[in-house]
Amino acid sequence: MPSSLVTVEIQVNGVSHAKAIEPRTTLVDFLRDHLLLTGTHVGCEHGVCGACSVLLEGDPVRSCCMFAVQADGMSITTVEGLAPERGSLSKIQDAFCESHALQCGYCTSGMLVACHALVAQTPQPDETQIRDAIGGNLCRCTGYQQIVNAVKLATSPTLEARQPTQPQGREAAVAGASDD
Amino acid sequence: MKAAPFEYILAESVDHALECLNQHGMDAKAIAGGQSLVPMMAMRLARPSVLLDINRLPELKQIKISANNVSMGATTRQRTIEDDAEVHDALPLVRDALRWVGHVQTRNRGTIGGSLVHADPSAELPLAATVLNATLHLRSQASGDRAISASDFFLGPMFTATGDTECLLGIDWPVWSGEGITTAFEETAMRHGDFAMASAACQLQTDADGICLRAAIGLGGVDGAPRAFPELALQLVGQRIDTSIVREVAHAAAQQTEPGSDLYADVEYRRHLAAVMLTRALQKASLHSHV
Repeated sequence: MPSSLVTVEIQVNGVSHAKAIEPRTTLVDFLRDHLLLTGTHVGCEHGVCGACSVLLEGDPVRSCCMFAVQADGMSITTVEGLAPERGSLSKIQDAFCESHALQCGYCTSGMLVACHALVAQTPQPDETQIRDAIGGNLCRCTGYQQIVNAVKLATSPTLEARQPTQPQGREAAVAGASDD
Repeated sequence: MKAAPFEYILAESVDHALECLNQHGMDAKAIAGGQSLVPMMAMRLARPSVLLDINRLPELKQIKISANNVSMGATTRQRTIEDDAEVHDALPLVRDALRWVGHVQTRNRGTIGGSLVHADPSAELPLAATVLNATLHLRSQASGDRAISASDFFLGPMFTATGDTECLLGIDWPVWSGEGITTAFEETAMRHGDFAMASAACQLQTDADGICLRAAIGLGGVDGAPRAFPELALQLVGQRIDTSIVREVAHAAAQQTEPGSDLYADVEYRRHLAAVMLTRALQKASLHSHV
């Protein structure tokens, strides 16, 4: 039984997209296949691994566990929308680089979304809160310690104070490379 | 791993939802949070031809708190309940249970009613509902309203008393009144957030001398449905909750269960875990009552 198409309008990273889709299209497939936003990853596709995490109206959810049609009229933020502007990194993304909080990168977009959601609600989380926030995201290579370290680094008041004069992480590395 | 095609219907009102269920019967499935249903559809364990979305009905999202009752609309998000301090005060056991339910991403979508109707025998919220003997309110277009207690609602694994054309609209949770009420929820799972291998919940009321006035206990994950043990709970009443009575009651409860066996835990191990979890829960709750 081929299902008829439904039209949805979903705001993703501040841009509104109207598309005709099959109702069975999951939100993650909509983001990746229809909008070509492939930063959100498909891991287990049944709600266990957290790789597909996105923000739905600001709250982290698993985009494999809802159909895109259910998000009609709603606003989504994906990993592509976390940085303040194109070409830059958010503090947390920068701290991930600095702390070696990623290796293969498969879980990273989900981890970043989960960490951004945490910091939006709790600007200076303690270790328990960080571990709780990423509890639904599986990493199979780096391990979790560096990810916890990255969130601590990004949210430490000392970093806040010195950031304007001292670039961190990738920006620092890039600056160093160009000096050579 | 992709769902089979279906027709999507967004319910515009409760009446509209009931009309849809009446028309399509078993071919239709109501979706609330979808945290179990969407994966089941992706694996084609569920294959409804009509998906009825009841997420946008504000009347199913209300929480009303009175002196002896908390009423929750079926599609109230688990995260909403988790973040509600007034619900915490009225229903500490629900707060304790939610700490074990999935992860923040799943609780942001998952609903109270969805968890109850899905009726996974290892799920935490059905156990809390069974221990407190919550009342579930069902409605169908043909036969109207009916209320059913949690002890009669859960019939087996993923199997409840909900009829094909019925929809769960809300849940009434009894609130115990008075001083000295303590609760505990204990669980063992392969990973935090997974469904339990064995879980235990209890709610106690003790007087200033540490004598138990009222008790409710239950076990999850060790039978086809969550189990409450009202007769065993009565053995605690009038007693000081010490180690020996805790062990005796927990052991007796575990012996009454009929757990399944799987790769992770066989029948005897699950029963053993059940006794340990209930012992810990009762000790934790009685410890708090002395503070």
